[in-house]
Amino acid sequence: MAVAATTRTGARPSWAGRRPSVPPWVGTVPFFGYVAVFLLWPTGIVVYEAFKNPAGRFTLSGITALGNSQVRGFFIGSFKLSLISSLIGAVLGAILAYAVASGNPDGVIRRLYLCVSGVLAQFGGVTLAFAFLVLIGPVGLLFHAGWYFSFPWGITVIYAYFQIPLMVLVFLPAIDGLKVQWREASENLGSSAWQYWRYVGGPLLLPAFLGALLLLFANALSAYATIQAWEDAIPYTVPQQIYTSMSSEVGLANINYADALALGMVVLVAIVMTGYALLQRRAARWLR
Amino acid sequence: MSALIAAAKKEGTLNVIALPPTWANYGTIISTFEKKYGITINSALPDGSSQQEVDAIKAENGSPKAPDVVDVGLAVALANTSLFAPYEVSTWSDIPAAQKDPSGLWYEDYGGYMAVGYSSKFGTITSLSQLLGPQFKNAVALNGNPTSANAALNGVMMASLAEGGSAGNIAPGVNFFAKLKAAGNFSPVEATGASIKAGTTPVVFDWDYLNLPTYVGVSDWKVFIPQNAVLGGFYAQAINKNAPHPAAARLWEEFLYSQAADGGQNLWLEGGARPVEQAAMTSDGTINTSAAAELPTVTGTPVFLTEAQSTAAAQYLAANWAKAVS
Amino acid sequence: MAAVTSVGETPLAVPARRQAGMQAGRRRRLNLFRYVVFTVFGLFFALPLLAMARFSLEGAKLGTWSLTAWRQITSYTSSEGIPPLISAVEITLELAVITSAVMLVLVVPTMIWIRLRVRWLARAMEFLCLLPLTIPPIVLVVGLGPIYDKIAHLSLSALMLFWVYVILALPYAYRALAAGLSAIDATTLSEAARSLGASWFSVIVRVIVPNMWDAVLNALILTWALVLGEFTVAFFLLYVNLQVELYSISRNTPDAGVIFSTSTASLLFAFVLLLILSYVGRRRRAIRG
Repeated sequence: MAVAATTRTGARPSWAGRRPSVPPWVGTVPFFGYVAVFLLWPTGIVVYEAFKNPAGRFTLSGITALGNSQVRGFFIGSFKLSLISSLIGAVLGAILAYAVASGNPDGVIRRLYLCVSGVLAQFGGVTLAFAFLVLIGPVGLLFHAGWYFSFPWGITVIYAYFQIPLMVLVFLPAIDGLKVQWREASENLGSSAWQYWRYVGGPLLLPAFLGALLLLFANALSAYATIQAWEDAIPYTVPQQIYTSMSSEVGLANINYADALALGMVVLVAIVMTGYALLQRRAARWLR
Repeated sequence: MSALIAAAKKEGTLNVIALPPTWANYGTIISTFEKKYGITINSALPDGSSQQEVDAIKAENGSPKAPDVVDVGLAVALANTSLFAPYEVSTWSDIPAAQKDPSGLWYEDYGGYMAVGYSSKFGTITSLSQLLGPQFKNAVALNGNPTSANAALNGVMMASLAEGGSAGNIAPGVNFFAKLKAAGNFSPVEATGASIKAGTTPVVFDWDYLNLPTYVGVSDWKVFIPQNAVLGGFYAQAINKNAPHPAAARLWEEFLYSQAADGGQNLWLEGGARPVEQAAMTSDGTINTSAAAELPTVTGTPVFLTEAQSTAAAQYLAANWAKAVS
Repeated sequence: MAAVTSVGETPLAVPARRQAGMQAGRRRRLNLFRYVVFTVFGLFFALPLLAMARFSLEGAKLGTWSLTAWRQITSYTSSEGIPPLISAVEITLELAVITSAVMLVLVVPTMIWIRLRVRWLARAMEFLCLLPLTIPPIVLVVGLGPIYDKIAHLSLSALMLFWVYVILALPYAYRALAAGLSAIDATTLSEAARSLGASWFSVIVRVIVPNMWDAVLNALILTWALVLGEFTVAFFLLYVNLQVELYSISRNTPDAGVIFSTSTASLLFAFVLLLILSYVGRRRRAIRG
């Protein structure tokens, strides 16, 4: 730690020169400690239980059960739904965010859309599914959408309802960061809108866009209440199957199987995150 | 008994779980008990399943919030007897032997028969095969997913009985629902008061006490039980071995099995459910005859699933239900 | 979007008037785009809400109107004095305040610190901040059971939910904050401030945070919305918060419309609250072009 030059105005870094260097990562201990207790420990319990059977003995049967075709179908269904709904939510949300951002920064519309987005991003579950059911379901007020009960398109429309506002909320700061001068500068240099977005705006926004997309993906992956209210007689996704295994009243309850499924989901997200990290590195190379 | 009441009042609180107020008149039962004994009832997780009730016992063990008593499906009760404390209510002898555990760990409380409730816009329905007709597009629903909800599994089993299957064979029932789905008449939505009121699920397979017009909220709701497909299901009471309020728990059971005019048995009857002590109460004259007369008529001998049969049915469903209806 | 100028023309020779015309044209096209977007999305978001509101005003027979579903919210009381709805609202508001405070204090300095001094931890933090979303709440509750058992010995209050709410809010808040942090050049700002003699504390609190105030606001909005709308974890841990209470109210009556009046009421309430919040956090005008 270099000794900061003492200035007449005072304000030296508080522990410069007082003790041998404390490694900087110490500053992150509160955060990681908190997360360790309230997230990693419960996750660890879930993972641990995944390797046991209901009698409490250690077993790999929960994990090997993940390989059977029915379970694979659940994971594929979950992945499909999450991917499609997050892509749609991300693209549409980005468009909406751009529309909001290009207006008056202190204006009413922006404030309104921000708060509406905040409320709707967490809105889901029974009431959302039911509102759509009443609107475009079999006895729909608006019309009867024959595809309403189809998977994944029917449920994607419902998911879009909270994915888009979520995208607006997490992506808006990134669009705000695009300085107006850059746009003007690039126009002065004769570029068209397409060129601006292709060479300047797009690459600048890409990391934040990918990050938001990842969030939307994970959001859709773990969503349960909405899809269960949409329909629950046919299991399509992993959370539905987890819930069935946890709360079965007909003697099929198997918490360890549910934990194994949850472990599978964590692994899936880890894989997706690795792909995301590679994409980010690729995108960063564009910028530099 | 008076010692029990005094001890319970001293505890002052009772933790119950998964008791929706509109299910079999539990709302009135809870408030009657509270008023009668001055004990506050904390009703947690009203929409929980039987499995969640025993999970709460295990997870909250030692906490003052743990459930004192549970009301669970028979399969769950039989699988978790190690969590219960034995207790025999004062009217123990009035409970039929086949409907209680000999050592007092669990005892059935109320039940009903699986029925089909429907909106009167369909006229009168007398047999399940009518449901395959074109006017029932997207109309027929179960109460949940049969691989997890007891009421839904019994719905499929009842269809199986009506289609020539037996208590040990649920395949005809699954085939019936596959036929419904192929005809476009099966609605995968869980039938709730809201979906019925909106007209989304005008035909519902559910226990008869959950198919009451008052429960469903639609005044012109009708109910029928198919001939010779009378499938009965009873729930069971049990006391948590490590209940935080043991005296209140036992007093609650006494109240539920009391045959007084404002006792649990008659209150359940008023909720459209058949109380377990019904036979004894009818001969004693303590039963509420007008409420009893409102129960739907049944033709045929009631069938009750044994534990082995319901496990076999569940396993068949786990392997075949998704394929049949997707 | 921009008027398509032919790239071949020498742009530096564009006369000032022509430039104004270009910008006006672009502005007009932009406004058209905005109106179309707001209308289309507005319709998409409004219709289900209207359906819900219409349904909450439904009478006993389909097609009639009735206020009973709304009156049910206020008339539901337990045997105790204060209607449980008021205490549930109170608890949830307190939870929102505590959760957002803890979350900001925990996450914002750590993010900035990692960005400035400990870059190699960035991916780890990102993964940890995404993890809560990968585990469905119903499974997380299984893992949280033993921990909350210990907490229940310290305090039975529903306010103890904040420990897990911070974790639940992490993914959303982190993403909003990260978007804001990446939009500013934190390294340069901090170097400038340090060379003027500022302590790290000052750098974080007085230099960087004000420049990402929008992101902080968005993170706050997301956290508040989460706490106001959270149901599953509170429900399965057997606590009573606003959504659990509304759910109880809706189950306490055979009138199915009540679940819609309670939902609509809770949405309106959350919206008004967030609106107030957004005025409280008036952003300082950062230097814009």
